[in-house]
Amino acid sequence: MFGGQDSKQHTVQPYVTGTSVIGLKCADGVVLGADTLVSYGSLAKNRKTSRLMTVSNHCSLGFSGEYSDFQEIKSTLEELMISEYCMADNIPMQPRAIHQYLARVMYEARNKQDPLYNQLVIGGVLPATGEGYLGLVDLLGTNYESEMIATGYGTYIALPLLRKAYRPDITVAEGRKVIEDCLRVLYYRDARSIDTVQISTVTKEGAETTEPFKLETSWDFKKFKAGSRLIDESTW
Amino acid sequence: MFRNQYDTDITTWSPQGRLHQVEYAMEAVKQGSAVVGVRSDTHVVLATLKRSTSELASTQKKLFSIDDHLGIAIAGLTADARVLGRHMRTECMNYKYIYETAMPVGRLALNVADKCQVSTQRASKRPFGVGLLIAGYDELGPHLYQSCPSGNYYEFYSMAIGARSQSAKTYLERHFEEFASLELQDLILQAIRALRETVSSSKDAELTSKNCAIAYVGKGDTFTIVEDEEIQPYLDTLENSDGKQEEEEEETEDAAEQTEDKPTDAPMED
Repeated sequence: MFGGQDSKQHTVQPYVTGTSVIGLKCADGVVLGADTLVSYGSLAKNRKTSRLMTVSNHCSLGFSGEYSDFQEIKSTLEELMISEYCMADNIPMQPRAIHQYLARVMYEARNKQDPLYNQLVIGGVLPATGEGYLGLVDLLGTNYESEMIATGYGTYIALPLLRKAYRPDITVAEGRKVIEDCLRVLYYRDARSIDTVQISTVTKEGAETTEPFKLETSWDFKKFKAGSRLIDESTW
Repeated sequence: MFRNQYDTDITTWSPQGRLHQVEYAMEAVKQGSAVVGVRSDTHVVLATLKRSTSELASTQKKLFSIDDHLGIAIAGLTADARVLGRHMRTECMNYKYIYETAMPVGRLALNVADKCQVSTQRASKRPFGVGLLIAGYDELGPHLYQSCPSGNYYEFYSMAIGARSQSAKTYLERHFEEFASLELQDLILQAIRALRETVSSSKDAELTSKNCAIAYVGKGDTFTIVEDEEIQPYLDTLENSDGKQEEEEEETEDAAEQTEDKPTDAPMED
């Protein structure tokens, strides 16, 4: 179909995917959040797979997109952190360095016409000052820093909420609540999400990722009821 | 001329367990004119004494900028230093290309030391005949490193290498504890004072804007070389404060005669 037996097929379409990751930069660190669903197409197949990883004491990472490609990225990163550890010189790797390193990895793969089908959110603190750092890299190698980041469906649903909640002096404790609220709204609106989530906080004290926990949800809002909306009365 | 039969080949041990060729390379560092490095809590300053081959010639460059946050002062074979300098620049560029952050000074010092080590263990090579003082500022603050032809490297509060550097080291050993809290301008003066110790022991020479150059790097300051007419104000300041300094200097000279090496000195140096 696609050429003869010599031809090689690249990932042109992701199969096993995670949905949105969201992140908020705070005055004293960073908060990342994601649910624990890794879907097979539209089937909610793997419901307790972590989509957040702790990279170092000062850095966490979340992914959306193809799970297998993330596993590849994860082992690349672990390799990097091991070689850093072997330097044994107590020079901490800055979140910015990890972010940019991943950007090179993603861009290189893309240039081989074989992209790693992910969007990665990097959250960390500057070891010296404790200031937060939040960045994104996508499958093309596009990378930027921002105070608030959301991927996938979260770009539409969570990003406006994050923008509204953001203050330059927002604390990690407050930020954690905002992220949890955003994940709840995403669960209401994103059909590829579930209500089991993880939250990762990175402060000067270290990077911590919670165990998966269930969001409290409420479905008795007026507008959630059948017949409560104009669209339900329409005839088409 | 031959010291013994075990010094013609870099890779042959002497029965005493020494590598004479490496030790000769360490001697080459002492032939070069002196360079001094001092460090405060915020800055590192390098001070160098430049030599010229004749009255008609320009002076030999001793300071090289490697990156915005880092530079070196050299003692020994300048030509060898250029090779190391080019290598260091490439390494800094590669690091910045991958990580978009400045290379940590300690990592570069290690890298250079590893490069030097290779040429102490291969029959087809000769050691670099140059010692470096590496001054830089990174995430963890200001750093001063020394690298040797032997492949050893050390971090220092203050250090001097090159010809007659012992008298500068004596000065530094007596004063380095005061350096931590100094402002940049005062730190520069201290570096030049230490360098002057290496000149004052040879009677007919003195520091001038022609033969002295300094460089500094630190918090808020990229690596900057100060030489020629720009350095004159510092020399003038020094001369003006000489009256106050004279008593102190006498004491220093006494001490120079009974100096001991710092405990961290290279084992190769003996």
